[in-house]
Amino acid sequence: MKPKLLIFSILILSLFVIYSASAETRLRCASTTSTLNSGLFDHILPIFEKKTGIKVDVLAVGTGAAIEIGKRGDADAVLVHAKGLELKAVEQGYFVNRHDVMYNDFVIIGPVEEPVKVKAVRSAAEAFRLIAKAGHPFVSRGDGSGTHIKELSVWLEAAVNPKGAAWYLEAGQGMEKTQRIANEKRAYTLTDRGTWLGTKDRGRLDMIIVLEGDPALFNQYGVMSVNPQRHPHVKHKEAVMFTEWLVSKEGQEAIASFKDKNGNRLFIPNAVLK
Amino acid sequence: MDLVLSGFKQAFLLIIRLDRELLRIILLSLKVSAAALFIAAVFGVPLGAVVGLRRFPLRGAAVSLMNTMMGLPPVVVGLFLYILLSRSGPLGFMGLLYTPSAMVIAQSVLAFPIVASLSHSAVMGVDPVIRQAALTLGATPFQAAIAVLNEARYGVMSAVIAAFGRLMAEVGAILIVGGNIAGLTRVMTTTIALESDKGNFELALALGIILLMISLAVNAVLYLLQRSGGMKRGRSWA
Repeated sequence: MKPKLLIFSILILSLFVIYSASAETRLRCASTTSTLNSGLFDHILPIFEKKTGIKVDVLAVGTGAAIEIGKRGDADAVLVHAKGLELKAVEQGYFVNRHDVMYNDFVIIGPVEEPVKVKAVRSAAEAFRLIAKAGHPFVSRGDGSGTHIKELSVWLEAAVNPKGAAWYLEAGQGMEKTQRIANEKRAYTLTDRGTWLGTKDRGRLDMIIVLEGDPALFNQYGVMSVNPQRHPHVKHKEAVMFTEWLVSKEGQEAIASFKDKNGNRLFIPNAVLK
Repeated sequence: MDLVLSGFKQAFLLIIRLDRELLRIILLSLKVSAAALFIAAVFGVPLGAVVGLRRFPLRGAAVSLMNTMMGLPPVVVGLFLYILLSRSGPLGFMGLLYTPSAMVIAQSVLAFPIVASLSHSAVMGVDPVIRQAALTLGATPFQAAIAVLNEARYGVMSAVIAAFGRLMAEVGAILIVGGNIAGLTRVMTTTIALESDKGNFELALALGIILLMISLAVNAVLYLLQRSGGMKRGRSWA
């Protein structure tokens, strides 16, 4: 029995080795559903990979989850959109080397029939107040993502606490799914413009933008590296190369040149060029 | 209705074209589930046999435990392994989180009780005369167990196939520990979840159909094996 057990063990261990063996350099970047699902990464990563030979694996989760993954050391870099949270995490020593990369904005979308007439108002907070007053369904991401954090700040500004209200639906899902739920429920929701443009053009959402252009809905994306002093195993050199490239002229041009199928520019680069 | 029709049309076109990305996803699914099944079988079948043939204290409790573990919720397994494998967890130094290895581990944990429990049932179903005869003819307990397992081989095979079905269909655990990274840990079920989120129902549907076809093929092979086995046995009885 002994030699057989030994052979079994070796076979099993070799399975893991086969899976983990990988010659190329890989960098793990935790990011948001908005950046991956919009197709931005599919556009810019091949350019970066060709230049440096570094393959970037993207984990698409909410901003909150992405930051937590970085804090635990389960990713090498994060690219997210909640500047306040990012700066706080840098201050706490979890991350280093944070840079602004690009922005887009949030918009409030609602059913085409516009039951609450949100279009009549100019500010996001006012719009939220109208929806709350009418008790019309509103779908929240409810997942600690950058969009969710932004939404909560608007509720705060509107001086409404929607938590627990029957019309306030917390989806706990990514942006696209949240839009889909809003569409099915004929509800309003807050979305980043990139995901909205990417999804509505597939022609399956019977919804329209009811409010846009409020400065309160500005959506800044930033990139930062996991602090190598806290997590010595991280691929810090590669993470820095990735960051440097994103904020370089070439990286910024790659972001600027990204357009969706219908020619919409989804992200506007705004890194401080070195 | 339009969505359903165009979905199926697109799905079949995708299956016919079968591009590299799709092929990679399918192969990874098969690889991860097959590796997990192999591990589960290596440990599960002997355990099922031991519990079935040996008499030991708390044997009933062991059987109940195995049966209960068959219903392990994949997300709980995923969460537990996530905590273990995270860089901040006890096994973090191995760097396994968000790799196919982590997915294999998660699926092994899920498949193991199924293989063990159903193998146990198969062994219990074998006529006790077989074992007694083997022992009387001078077989060691190990050789006798092999004889019983040989007799139960079709039941054991069913156990393995049942576990394979569960693994191929599983999404909760591998999504948590694999992270659904394109080109690295993205498999059929996680792609279906992602693409339906993104509204790409055609691709999701195509993958769903392929998944069903693979299950069908695997089960057809099993059926044929069982039938030919049953016929052989029938002949030997005649």
